[in-house]
Amino acid sequence: MAHVGASVYTSHVPAIGAALDLGKTGEPYWQKVFGGYEFSKQWIKRHTPDVIFLVYNDHATAFSLEIIPTFAIGTAAEFAVADEGWGPRPVPKVIGHPELASHIAQSVIQDDFDLTIVNKMDVDHGLTVPLSLMFGQPEAWPCRIIPFAVNVVQYPPPSGRRCYQLGRAIRKAIEAYDEDLEVQVWGTGGMSHQLQGPRAGLINKEFDNAFLDRLIADPAGLARLPHIDYVREAGSEGIELVMWLIARGAMSDAPPSVVHRFYHVPASNTAVGHLILENR
Amino acid sequence: MALDKPYTDIPGTTIFDAEQSRRGYHLNQFCMSLMKAENRARFKANERAYLDAWPMSEEQKQAVLDRDLNRCIALGGNIYFLAKIGATDGKSFQQMAGSMTGLSEEEYRDMMVKGGRSVEGNRRIGEKR
Repeated sequence: MAHVGASVYTSHVPAIGAALDLGKTGEPYWQKVFGGYEFSKQWIKRHTPDVIFLVYNDHATAFSLEIIPTFAIGTAAEFAVADEGWGPRPVPKVIGHPELASHIAQSVIQDDFDLTIVNKMDVDHGLTVPLSLMFGQPEAWPCRIIPFAVNVVQYPPPSGRRCYQLGRAIRKAIEAYDEDLEVQVWGTGGMSHQLQGPRAGLINKEFDNAFLDRLIADPAGLARLPHIDYVREAGSEGIELVMWLIARGAMSDAPPSVVHRFYHVPASNTAVGHLILENR
Repeated sequence: MALDKPYTDIPGTTIFDAEQSRRGYHLNQFCMSLMKAENRARFKANERAYLDAWPMSEEQKQAVLDRDLNRCIALGGNIYFLAKIGATDGKSFQQMAGSMTGLSEEEYRDMMVKGGRSVEGNRRIGEKR
């Protein structure tokens, strides 16, 4: 049977991708960011899964205002890397896992989570920057990836509680898949940041570190945090953090092992947070 | 019954909700068109003519021409869409975000390196630090 062995959480700032692609990783500014992922790159070599279920948000790339799905699962065989206006990132295309993705879609829809099924979708920095942070710059990504896009562009995004419960339904679906697959669920986005208006540049280290603490030790309690608290405390774009609760919900109910934890301010406009949790 | 909008008292912040999205639909869809290289070239060649092909308000068009991102947001723009204008201009997200704060590019970058804008005094309009 398939099972979830670990979950990975990370911010997905576009400037991180640009720094990698332009060879700036050795600069002191960026070294402070990439240094936090050195352990992770070694860890993922030893724990490369068969499939990553990668929760991220589309940034007005695949989805314009014509269609705004709250939860969209990518069931295609492959996904092209999007041109977000600066040209496509020079990274490998994403190879999906249509069989597992379709299985998860059917399972969680029957569990009352009304997903949108997407068979054609370009993926943006929200998905590719986490892959680059963990895998560096390979010729091809070393595993299959199921993109799972969450609307955080138009308010309201799904609630933290809904995300956490969805994660649990995804875990149940994965564990009911017949093939013996090692799966990781990744939650991306955040941490505190605001990209708009006179309050742009907001960072809240206390909020972020409390979020990390509670994500590890009290995810069900954290899932009850209302949207307004994210927006007020962590910035209008800090609300991306609800996506981390999907990955956390996909972990076992028993407390996880904290394999790695990292926090740094800033990368561009954003607080960078990163966690690796393993099921015991 | 009116929708509950508990976020209207946050200073310097416009939440892109359904109402803003409706107001800014054509502005944001114009921005979306800049995802294609040939459209970026056409826009740069004649911004006014390119904008006139969209059913946007004159205020929205002028805000784009002025690159006044705060005004664009007030008129229904969303930062992820407006970022396509910045990309067309060769601007980074940090330059775009900074341009809305009244700080110079250098001041904004320094503020971020020093830990960003504090939430203290920035939670509610009229809050004392």
